[in-house]
Amino acid sequence: MGLREGLLCILVRGDAHGYRLKSELESATGDTWQVNIGQVYTTLQRLERDGFVESAESNTDGRIVYTVTDLGREEVRQWLVTPVDLAASGRDEISLKVLMAMVSGVSDPRRVVEKQRGSTMTLLQDYTTLKADASDEDFAWQLYLDRLIFSAEAELRWLERVEARLDAKPHSEATESSESEATEPVEVNR
Amino acid sequence: MTEPILSMRRVGKTHGSGAQRVDALVNIDLDLMPGELVAVTGRSGSGKTTLLNMAGALDEPTTGEVIVAGESLATLSKIELARIRRVAVGYVFQQFNLLPSLTAAENISLPLELDGMKPDGARKLAERSLEEVEMGGMADRYPDQLSGGEQQRVAIARGLVGPRSVLLADEPTGALDEATSESILKLLRSRCDAGAAALLVTHEPAYAAWADRVVRLRDGRIEGISERTKTPLTTADLS
Repeated sequence: MGLREGLLCILVRGDAHGYRLKSELESATGDTWQVNIGQVYTTLQRLERDGFVESAESNTDGRIVYTVTDLGREEVRQWLVTPVDLAASGRDEISLKVLMAMVSGVSDPRRVVEKQRGSTMTLLQDYTTLKADASDEDFAWQLYLDRLIFSAEAELRWLERVEARLDAKPHSEATESSESEATEPVEVNR
Repeated sequence: MTEPILSMRRVGKTHGSGAQRVDALVNIDLDLMPGELVAVTGRSGSGKTTLLNMAGALDEPTTGEVIVAGESLATLSKIELARIRRVAVGYVFQQFNLLPSLTAAENISLPLELDGMKPDGARKLAERSLEEVEMGGMADRYPDQLSGGEQQRVAIARGLVGPRSVLLADEPTGALDEATSESILKLLRSRCDAGAAALLVTHEPAYAAWADRVVRLRDGRIEGISERTKTPLTTADLS
């Protein structure tokens, strides 16, 4: 989701000027997205250029007030019902690190799993603390925290699976490289 | 400085001998401070329940020492150990283990009465303990009139009644659905925030995450400990 879609979604609820759009978008996303006001204005200009919004000077305070057009409304609808393509979202750093540990033979992949698990568990603990402290009224924030919690949990489950499968393999097979290939290690850390 | 309410010092447990020798626990060092919720995780057979049994004086370590409320368990007689189990530590299991013919309050007060407390005093403590787990209005209900989550709340109230301040919980959410499990974890968290201490054995990462520290066991050894960040994340960290 870009700022473009975010602003259009807020404008569908009603006309607003730039600063109000910024604060409403932030609050609608549980304040997980801090928006730059300069970017809001340049994005609004582009949306106007493309015919998704119209602007007019407010007769009360002279500020520019934006209105979504029918085209803009249709754009929001299309965007919302288009599923996110997870396959296109790119490489996953953690799985790559585990796979590279197996290929390079530099570090026991179990050690990589163990280190990552400790770090992800701390994160899951922190998310859970935030969730326990979250106010019942802040619905968007709670939903977002649930999302983060489920992701961290899924990662821990996967690491658990990796460890179990590594344990089930004979030790020599846990790393795929032979001794001689391991002399020039692949750089894994960034 | 506050003293730990429970300490394990180089605790080991070995079953069998010779070729049949199994090290169930090896050199476990663990402190539980008042107000702390500590989770113990690990795969089946990693030693989680053995560790809990040592902490609750239900089993004796082969090596090392367990200290509960300032007393080294190895130095205590059977009678004194039974006293520790009554006044210092409470257990909560996956199965709630409430007696079906007794009300919620009686399930909590009976052990106190058997311990010599007068019925009035025991009833008062039971009622207070039920209020602390938000079950104040259900003191006179029987277990079969309570939901699974409510029964587990009663079990927690029983575990932390009166002078008891250490709760040992072995997969306490095992028989409950997700929403009820979460409410039980929230309850454990709030009882610890109010000063109790709990050791929670669970294989669910999401439940372990309610703890201040998560101890991970592997083959009877502590593989790693994850701690909550002391300065919690803010919304800005997540954007």
